[in-house]
Amino acid sequence: MAEGIKDKVAIIGMGCTRFGELWDMSGPDLMIDAYKECMEDAGIEKKDIDAAWWSALYPMQGLSAIQLSQTLKLPYIPVTHVENLCASATEAIRGAAYALASRCCDIALCVGVEKLKDVGYGGLPDLRPPQEQYWAPNASGPGTYAMMATRYFATYGLSPDEGKRMIARVTWKSHQNGARHPKAHLKKAVDLDAIINAPIIAWPLGLFDCCGVSDGAAAAIVVRAEDAKKFRKDPVYIKSLQIAAASGEDMWYTDYDYAHAETGYRAGQRAYKEAGIKDPRKEISMAEVHDCFSITEAVTMEDLQFSPRGKVRGDIESGFFDLNGGLPVNTDGGLKCFGHPVGASGIRMTYEVYKQLQGKAGDRQLKDPKLGLTHNMGGYPPWSVVAVSIMGL
Amino acid sequence: MVGITSYGAYIPWHRINRMTIYMSIGFVNPAAIMPGEKAVANYDEDSLTMAVNAGMDCLSNVDRSKIDGTYVATTTGPFKERQNAGIIATALDIKPEARTADFTSSVKAGTTALLSAYDAVKAGTSKNILVLSSDCRLGPAGSYQEEMYGDGAAAFLIGKNNVIAEVIGNHSISYDFIDHWRIEGERFNRTGEDRFTRDEGFSHFIPEAISGLMKKYKLNPQDISKVCYPCLYPRPHAKMGQELGFQPNQIQDHMFTTVGFTGTAGPLMILTAALEDAKPGDKIIVASHGNGSDAILLEVTPEIVKLGSRKGIKKNLANRKDLSSYNLLVTFNKVLTIDVAGRGEEFFRTSTTILWRDRKKLLGLIGTKCKKCKTPQWPPQRVCINPKCGAIDQMEEYRFSDRPGKLFTYTGDMLAFSPTPPEMYGMIDFDGGGRALFNITDCNLDDLKVNMPMEMTFRKRWEAPGFVGYGWKGTPIKG
Repeated sequence: MAEGIKDKVAIIGMGCTRFGELWDMSGPDLMIDAYKECMEDAGIEKKDIDAAWWSALYPMQGLSAIQLSQTLKLPYIPVTHVENLCASATEAIRGAAYALASRCCDIALCVGVEKLKDVGYGGLPDLRPPQEQYWAPNASGPGTYAMMATRYFATYGLSPDEGKRMIARVTWKSHQNGARHPKAHLKKAVDLDAIINAPIIAWPLGLFDCCGVSDGAAAAIVVRAEDAKKFRKDPVYIKSLQIAAASGEDMWYTDYDYAHAETGYRAGQRAYKEAGIKDPRKEISMAEVHDCFSITEAVTMEDLQFSPRGKVRGDIESGFFDLNGGLPVNTDGGLKCFGHPVGASGIRMTYEVYKQLQGKAGDRQLKDPKLGLTHNMGGYPPWSVVAVSIMGL
Repeated sequence: MVGITSYGAYIPWHRINRMTIYMSIGFVNPAAIMPGEKAVANYDEDSLTMAVNAGMDCLSNVDRSKIDGTYVATTTGPFKERQNAGIIATALDIKPEARTADFTSSVKAGTTALLSAYDAVKAGTSKNILVLSSDCRLGPAGSYQEEMYGDGAAAFLIGKNNVIAEVIGNHSISYDFIDHWRIEGERFNRTGEDRFTRDEGFSHFIPEAISGLMKKYKLNPQDISKVCYPCLYPRPHAKMGQELGFQPNQIQDHMFTTVGFTGTAGPLMILTAALEDAKPGDKIIVASHGNGSDAILLEVTPEIVKLGSRKGIKKNLANRKDLSSYNLLVTFNKVLTIDVAGRGEEFFRTSTTILWRDRKKLLGLIGTKCKKCKTPQWPPQRVCINPKCGAIDQMEEYRFSDRPGKLFTYTGDMLAFSPTPPEMYGMIDFDGGGRALFNITDCNLDDLKVNMPMEMTFRKRWEAPGFVGYGWKGTPIKG
């Protein structure tokens, strides 16, 4: 009988680089910087690490675990490269947590990185294999999520103006929060009209509805819960770690509405069960969610049961998810403003939850948060993997 | 009785007024002013895609398993080696046992293909042959030919049963007349002096073939309901009909001012238009032009009234969009090299193994239908996508290309590469079941609405060095 991961592992150290268009830094530079901060925070040395998990999606960083082991000169320890699209970094933490819980190692390192600005053009490069390219549209990230906005507006009867105003309010909040984080990619508050009137990237999504395409890295040291207090007084305990991968039903069966992500809903449901949470809207203190696009954050509020289906607009527009709201979301600016170096994002989300729970979030600090959630999504709604983690003190 | 048992046509959505061309590039040939407009293939179309779409129109309500030949006439087939008719037959879901052949190198190849099909059916070696003619020719920028040539396709099914227009006979002439030509490695047609083409070629060969035919079958002009022949120059076109003894109302509209001269498809598109208005008993003559001429005599039968509705020429002509600028024309046909900005330079790898293995899926839009739960699914699956079923290897083939659907969701993407942004795509729910993501073409983003009726159209899907890949896109049902 599966027991779940609740309170079996804890994070004792974390690091995160500045995110942005870091023209003068390579992938290894970013990995080393995140690792340094993380090791100092954990107060351990390289020889203490038993195993490592490395998350990176695009081939710019090179393939295989060797990219991490050679960069950090890790001494022939087990290293695993994980890839689960934009949810890769949470997968690195999951791999480490499961290895610790099964007592196959004592101290594990997780590093996530993406050096996106070496691509040579804006946006993310095409990842499709030839057999899919031959028939599937030449669709970009914004386009695949724009189709969800189109469906959400149609399903819940929002006019394009109402819909665009709702998602613009999500973006407005991200910019408010991102402006408060020294490591964020986009540190500028923007007014609502500028967001609504920005050039269209993929109808109905405009420029400000889309997250930053950033370089960056983040790292974590994970140990078994029973050992955690040996390293620090305020370790952050993992309450659940779940992931759901699309079944194909949402892509090809005509029941799916494309106004939600079934993967997000299922991963959330399982995470709440694992963590023993009955009423997420009340019990979760804060959430870092995968706001690759403003519509994604809006729909995710419903997938995670923070808002009833079709009703998120009220919560968004009343400020419920603002920094001073009932359930602050993306307090560090999220993917939208902190940035989205794909393979690092899940660990970056964890970094913000970790700092908030420890009371070290600077002028974004929430009052006494108890439980933080991360929601890390790869792919696009009917072709996605969603990882949800819940952490607490 | 052997003859035409079904017809279809395709005219691309875009039309450009010849004055729009002239106003942009008329300085090259200030005398090159021609009347009317012409049809222009979109950037994702070529003679092969148009042939498939005309074939789809012709084969509506036709049992494709009974087709035992596909003849394709074009001077602009995309492949020099790799049979164009073979690609087209796969796209149209015609059985591999059916004979395929390309007829090419002359714009009279369309009528020659039709006669070859007639001969084979008459001889009894084939029962039903699909004859497609399609062209998408290029004249150099600023030339008469750039204004003259239009893009389009015609399709006929030649058979013995349910003949709507019997082929009575033909008279063909062949001359090595060098008025226009294109040699290996060149994109644009070269031409001799215009007056030579008009006065020594165009004005002679069609009358010679038609009068030869009428003499052979002892016909007088008044016996003929409609005479169909292509137009390179409007005034000589009218004059040659008159000199053959036909009244203006016996001469079928040449479509020069609506579509342009469509090469191999030209005379056959005009014939299609004539058949749309024909009555049982009508005698029709169609004659081609190009290195000589084939003249063919047909007699319409009572079966014509039973032929179901198709797009034909009339509906295709009615569905049109004005191309507002010459720059779009030369972007579509790649006469102009546009900025593709990084994303457009990412070539797809040409995996011939995948293209072979997935040929029915990619070219034919053949999916699967679960024998257990009856759920249609595209792309084809081995494990049923119905969560309540999930049966493994219980599938039968299911063709989606001729099924209409509804637009479930869509977007217009400015980030993804397209020669004419935005790149449009969306999910289509097929009537009867099945949902998949497809590109959307031949519409404006503003035309799209959730739940609107859609149909599939065959298009160029991707290009790689020395290769072009084909497949299906969605388009709003027009008209």
